[in-house]
Amino acid sequence: MSNRVVNNVLAELAAQYSEDVKITGKEAQQALLVESQCLLNILRILNTNESYQFDMLRNLTAVDYLEYMEIVYHLYSLPLRQAITVKTRCNMEDAQVPSVTAIWPSANFQEREIYDLLGVKFTGHPDLRRILMPEEFPGHPLRKTYQVGNGNITGEKR
Amino acid sequence: MVKTETYTLNMGPQHPSTHGVLQVVLELDGELVVQAIPRMGYLHRGIEKLAESRTYAQFIPYTDRLDYVSSMGNNLGYCQTVEKMMGITIPERAEYLRIIMTELNRIASHLIFMGSLAIDLGASTGMMFGFRSRERILDLFDMACGARQTYSYIRFGGVSADIPSEFVPALQRFLADFPAMLEEYHGLLTGNEILYRRLKGTGVISGQRALEIGLTGPALRASGIDYDIRKVEPYSIYDRFDFSVPLGQAGDCWDRYIVRMEEMKQSASIVAQALEKMPEGTVMSTIPKLLKPPVGEVYHSIENPRGELGYYIVSDGSTKPYRLHVRRPSFINLQVLNEACQGLLIGDVVAVLATLDSLMGEVDC
Repeated sequence: MSNRVVNNVLAELAAQYSEDVKITGKEAQQALLVESQCLLNILRILNTNESYQFDMLRNLTAVDYLEYMEIVYHLYSLPLRQAITVKTRCNMEDAQVPSVTAIWPSANFQEREIYDLLGVKFTGHPDLRRILMPEEFPGHPLRKTYQVGNGNITGEKR
Repeated sequence: MVKTETYTLNMGPQHPSTHGVLQVVLELDGELVVQAIPRMGYLHRGIEKLAESRTYAQFIPYTDRLDYVSSMGNNLGYCQTVEKMMGITIPERAEYLRIIMTELNRIASHLIFMGSLAIDLGASTGMMFGFRSRERILDLFDMACGARQTYSYIRFGGVSADIPSEFVPALQRFLADFPAMLEEYHGLLTGNEILYRRLKGTGVISGQRALEIGLTGPALRASGIDYDIRKVEPYSIYDRFDFSVPLGQAGDCWDRYIVRMEEMKQSASIVAQALEKMPEGTVMSTIPKLLKPPVGEVYHSIENPRGELGYYIVSDGSTKPYRLHVRRPSFINLQVLNEACQGLLIGDVVAVLATLDSLMGEVDC
């Protein structure tokens, strides 16, 4: 996960999308923070551009930061052997991000998992249903505001 | 006029060849599969949520229960992720012990694969043989940490205890016997014409498609894509060993079987090399009792027997992870089931399931 890759990518994209792409994090934790409206464009460039060729979506997950939800994409380029982290954010009430299944079909189950557990809607997903919890389950259990049982998941008050 | 229509058949969740509680909803046209939709979640325990209310060390035993036939790998991936966050270095001897244990565990896991593949295709003796050899490895683990399946042997800063004096001779005996065991299985299974005809050309996944759909591990390499994290991003001390990555070509069930059989040979060679080079010394570095990784996040992945096992941890500087996500190879590999099964006979769904080798403890997390 070299900084070089992140910097190169940013330098190239900055000209076109200077307002929508930023760097977050320090050193090894650097990542591209992309506004969700141009997420697909940028990911498509990362996927197809000769100098990046990020052909693998190794991991896709989301984190609930209470004020906003952050979706994290870990990409890997098999031909060039390099990795990059891309992030995007959405608000909690109307959590919506475009689906990347058209670029990497491997996102299918992972987006369903995020939808199921964290309640992020992926627009354009071919089959957005719950995947781990039962269909009739209320709420999204991995959200920080989700109350488990009597409000205590350590089991002290059972 | 004769009118035909497709019908739906439920395979599982209680079915011997789904290896746990997986339900596959089959849409059938006569005996041919039109669609095979996997439905999971029957074993979902909410491990990621539980992690948020446990300290970092308390989470180690939960990793044992993800992919429960290769727990050493799960321990290793998790401990290395936290060590990466904290910048902990571990003693040389512990690195070697970790390699020995995870590679032995890879052999044990592939032996289960071999046994379960055999019994799924109706050769029940195959399973007995696989489990017999695996027992030798479990005895070794038992000596090292007292557990046969849920080890929690690899800890932050090293391993929980040094190996006892009887471990090395027993391991050497196993390594000496192992080539003959493999030879026997090749004679029983690889040379078996029924098995060959059931597996050859069944459930073909092209290399390009395997990559797109996110396959990792032996299932990806059977399609000819050279992606083994031990080689492309060597973690621990894998860069010190001489081993090759077996690749398939056709991407069918047969190649997935052969790739795993060859991997066992490579793993045995890594164990032998590690045993030879292993230095004396301590097995645990001095680390704080209660870990508080600095604010930040890290993604780290290792090559588990089923594919890329990744951990993504977000720390808020407290004693508990703010968010912990596990990238489970079994879960993502299952995506390919539907297209790999289309057009096959019902009986071959079992072969595809067995060679994808998904494990429900990991799928459902």
